[in-house]
Amino acid sequence: MSNVSMTVNGKAVSHEVPDNTLLADFLREDLRLTGTHVGCDTSQCGACVVHVDGRAVKSCTVLAVSLDGASVTTIEGIANGKDLHPMQTAFNEHHGLQCGFCTPGMIMSGIDMVNRYQSDGRELTEDAIRNELEGNICRCTGYHNIVKAIEDAAGSMTGMAKAAE
Amino acid sequence: MSEGIGARVARKEDRRFITGKGKYTDDVRVDNQAYAAFVRCPVAHAKINGVDASGALAMEGVIAVHTGPEMKEDGIGDLITGWAITSKDGNPMQCGAWNPMVTTYGRYVGDAVAIVVAETQELARRAAEAVELDYEELPASIGVEDAFADGAAQVHENVPGNLIYDWEIGDEAKVAEALASAHHVTELKMVNNRLSPNAMEPRSAVAIFDEAEDHYTLYTTSQNPHVARLVLSAFYNVAPEHKLRVIAPDVGGGFGSKIYIYPEEITCLWASMKTGRSVKWTSDRSEAFMTDAHGRDHVTKATMGFDAGGRIVAFKTDTLANIGAYVSLFATVTPTYLHGTLLSGCYDMPAIYGNVKAIHTNTAPVDAYRGAGRPEATYSIERMMETAAREMGMDPAELRRKNFITEFPYQTQVILQYDSGDYHKTLDMAQEAADVAGFAARKAEAASRGKLRGLGYSTFVEACGIAPSAAVGSLGSAVGLWESAEVRVNPVGSVEILTGSHSHGQGHETTFAQVVADRLGIPLDNVSVVHGDTDKVQFGMGTYGSRSGPVGMSAIVKALDKVEAKAKKIAAHTLEASEDDIVIENGEVKVAGTDKSMAWHEIGLAAYIAHNLPEGMEPGLKEAAFYDPLNFSFPAGALICEVEVDPETGVTDIINFTAVDDFGTIINPMIVEGQVHGGVTQGIGQALLEQVVYDESGQLITGSYMDYCMPRADDVPSYNLDHNATPSPLNPLGLKGCGEAGAIGSPPAVINAITDAIGTNELQMPATPLAVWTALQSVKTPMAAE
Amino acid sequence: MYQTKYHKPGSVEDAVAALGVAEEGKILSGGQTLLPTMKQHLAAPTDLVDVRGIDGMDAISVSDGAVTIGAAARHADVAANADVQTHIPALAALAGGIGDPAVRAMGTIGGSVANNDPAADYPSAVLALNATVVTNKREIAAEDFFQGMFATALEDAEIVTALRFPVPTKAGYAKFPNPASRYAMVGVFAAQTDGGVRVAVTGAGEDGVFRAEALEGALGASFSSDALDAVSIGSDGMLADIHGTAEYRAHLVTVMAKRAVDNAV
Repeated sequence: MSNVSMTVNGKAVSHEVPDNTLLADFLREDLRLTGTHVGCDTSQCGACVVHVDGRAVKSCTVLAVSLDGASVTTIEGIANGKDLHPMQTAFNEHHGLQCGFCTPGMIMSGIDMVNRYQSDGRELTEDAIRNELEGNICRCTGYHNIVKAIEDAAGSMTGMAKAAE
Repeated sequence: MSEGIGARVARKEDRRFITGKGKYTDDVRVDNQAYAAFVRCPVAHAKINGVDASGALAMEGVIAVHTGPEMKEDGIGDLITGWAITSKDGNPMQCGAWNPMVTTYGRYVGDAVAIVVAETQELARRAAEAVELDYEELPASIGVEDAFADGAAQVHENVPGNLIYDWEIGDEAKVAEALASAHHVTELKMVNNRLSPNAMEPRSAVAIFDEAEDHYTLYTTSQNPHVARLVLSAFYNVAPEHKLRVIAPDVGGGFGSKIYIYPEEITCLWASMKTGRSVKWTSDRSEAFMTDAHGRDHVTKATMGFDAGGRIVAFKTDTLANIGAYVSLFATVTPTYLHGTLLSGCYDMPAIYGNVKAIHTNTAPVDAYRGAGRPEATYSIERMMETAAREMGMDPAELRRKNFITEFPYQTQVILQYDSGDYHKTLDMAQEAADVAGFAARKAEAASRGKLRGLGYSTFVEACGIAPSAAVGSLGSAVGLWESAEVRVNPVGSVEILTGSHSHGQGHETTFAQVVADRLGIPLDNVSVVHGDTDKVQFGMGTYGSRSGPVGMSAIVKALDKVEAKAKKIAAHTLEASEDDIVIENGEVKVAGTDKSMAWHEIGLAAYIAHNLPEGMEPGLKEAAFYDPLNFSFPAGALICEVEVDPETGVTDIINFTAVDDFGTIINPMIVEGQVHGGVTQGIGQALLEQVVYDESGQLITGSYMDYCMPRADDVPSYNLDHNATPSPLNPLGLKGCGEAGAIGSPPAVINAITDAIGTNELQMPATPLAVWTALQSVKTPMAAE
Repeated sequence: MYQTKYHKPGSVEDAVAALGVAEEGKILSGGQTLLPTMKQHLAAPTDLVDVRGIDGMDAISVSDGAVTIGAAARHADVAANADVQTHIPALAALAGGIGDPAVRAMGTIGGSVANNDPAADYPSAVLALNATVVTNKREIAAEDFFQGMFATALEDAEIVTALRFPVPTKAGYAKFPNPASRYAMVGVFAAQTDGGVRVAVTGAGEDGVFRAEALEGALGASFSSDALDAVSIGSDGMLADIHGTAEYRAHLVTVMAKRAVDNAV
């Protein structure tokens, strides 16, 4: 067991957990933030993507104890009160989700890619979005509307690239 | 109106999903929570002589280990099949018993042998590893052709030759005669590859036994919680229906795989009673690959005859269908009445014969997966059409046109009667949208870059809106396939719809509300949809077979009819008008041609206050209806796929995919398009990427995403969609269903495009880079295709 | 995942000490391979020694005609690093194509090289660029480091601290990903170096990364994809699985080599 202290969605949390606790389990079971989902055992589906210190990572493949002092943002932490993040709004408006299970990871990966491309001054084309989504699997939407949602959100996120973190 | 039928409304249910507040089964955690893991048969076929749980039970925090024989002693029943098929010789089908946990024989890798209940999930899994099985490995049959060969290892003692049934449809003699005199005969052997459904949410169950109330609650990942309760109660003897509540909360996709009630759910309920603890089990992805019902897995030899003018004279198929080790709930109907009855496709075929032999193998059960039988039929027909066109030197679109059905209703040679359609115009629209006219120039341009371009068609029809109860009953179904609905108008005028359909991605909370908002003229926000809980909704048959529109929404309409009738009576009475003069418009119940009206909240209030109702009228405004469809509905479409193959690597790029569909009336185009996007992507997955592979000993090779290839965003294009609606005359809204069309129609379009590109028809699904490259090696000069 | 004890030492010495007392210790870096392996109960180290807390372990620097990359440098950082992009753009491109973005945000070069997964990308660059593997004990030439699938010259309690890549004249990398896992099914790194043309192949060989002498010979005469038109690689020693036969992989080696040369900058 180790004590782990981190900031999750802007709040300081401190828990005693077994060393083998994955971040995904820490979020879901210890903090009861069940928006982060686990859809595979091989770090490929991306349903568990969260942001750690501003980078999208797979929370099923990170030990909670290794993140002592880190800042973690989950799907529950990106809206500003009742105001949705532009990426959330875009997923709704473009029907970028069906069953909703992969959606939290898609949204977190979407925000991350827009942030990275905008801070590098690169254009986030349809091809780029599709390549960037390599680590996020969706079985429902065929990706068509997810791509549209991320393209649209990238437009609304211009100038606020880092605001989400 | 902007929110009613036909409106592109953003989904009402999205907010909880995009904010991480959805509630899936694994998110449920209750008091007294314990966790389960299963000990599974490690080989394809074994006699289990003993289960030694001492090591596991010695671990601190392990609560119990239970096995199949104990379950049997407690009277828990074997799993059932929902559809009895009769063989062509008149004999009933033969199938092996499926114990929820193995009593003596393990029959596939993953067959449940014991359940371990422990204080944590991780502990349960480690304890399961510590359970030692004493078993004797037996010979196994893995592939469907091998399992049907002489001398194959027997999967079940009571099923000789592993043959579950030998079923036929159509007229064999008429087909033989027509083929004998045909001008041209095309033959092809096709493998319809075995798939894993892969809903992104793995299966999960939380079973809660309340000893004080003698009552069970099951949260589970189900497409049909009422069917789950019915079989758990009536057949598996867990508890009578009134003492068993089944809740399917948010469910992360199903695609057929969550229709079935699996051994794990049954066992968790029983284990909750045995241990006095709430028992939770969540599959990991590896278990999902092993134990979720697989789909497809047919081997078909097809023969199609044509006259000199290119008209089909006969079509014949011989199919071996792999059912797996056990007969899952709808496994028997998928290769028969959902496959054989579709063999006419969208063509006027004068003679059809289909034979299907269903075979047990030592592999996971195979059952309905998105499309269920109809993709297999469509693949056979559409590859044959393309192949025949090439052999006869005809344009593949023209060959299709020569044979399209043009008059409706159309009675096929294989039971079904199609409701409506306009296949020529649909194909015209697809050809225009796909710019078929410009294909030759694009092909030449690709050749200049060393790439092989190809174009493939699929024009298909499918049967949805499953299904008329008496008709399916006469064909062997154990249940009726109607749907129920209840419409409750509250005293304040808001409306709740209770439906037996279940939404696990389909967007019912929006589309069902649109139907009501449209009909009553009230804001969408005033309508809510309740589903997925047997304590809230009395009964329902659930969601599969693209039935929630044509059957589920029709039930709502029927209930609305009753609500309206009563509302009109109340209004007529209150407004002192004749009932015949009352009309409902824009949220008001009015006397036609006057300014006298009542708003819905006034009607609601009047109904519940009941101070001044017509003589003899019961208070309240709540109506229920059961809708039993008159027929299937018949969505159809024309799909065109354009690919580019890299001859150096065998990699196929889908350059363009056009789908023009006829789904009848469309409630919400955005949601319908989403269904097509997802369905087509699964079809492309089947055609290019996906395949469940067992090795010769029956070990699963494709046990994770490391080897089972899921379609990813960069495997598929953005889609080019349109609609040519001919509303079904057989249900009140004219709906045909849209959930499966993409998966049904798309695989042959992709394969036809690739074989067009590479100049050889020697290709089976999935057309992986390896498969395409291998096929190209057999063509002496690949560029000869130019 | 079995129980394990996590350590986060601040120095190489402390890391070595932690490994020394552990019953079965393993170094944790990005964890993108190790943790999935542990989740599936295929590995059960008693102790995990995280090297990401060691000062300077993720530094990237250029000197004396070589780019030195700290073992804990993450793939995304290598891909985005201006020095790597300037001096060995092929290496930056390779790093930018490993796994997916979330994996690149965690996975490290040291972890990848030390694990020597036969389908990993980095080993091909290390071998083709004739890089030096720097450890807490010594410097190991690439040629001596890789010793077959998942096997390296690393001894117990030996920690990779950095990789030193000599700057090539020209280099390129091309990968044919496994359609399912997206790991390299065939990855070819081709480089013109001071020591001549070196071509290393990952993903394809039964013994892990290897040099393709036939390709090197042809490219030595002319560093152009045309030079490989007549060169074919035998299928002996190639991996075979449901995604690719040995013959197919052998064929792809030449195809990817041509593309690597065409990409080379």
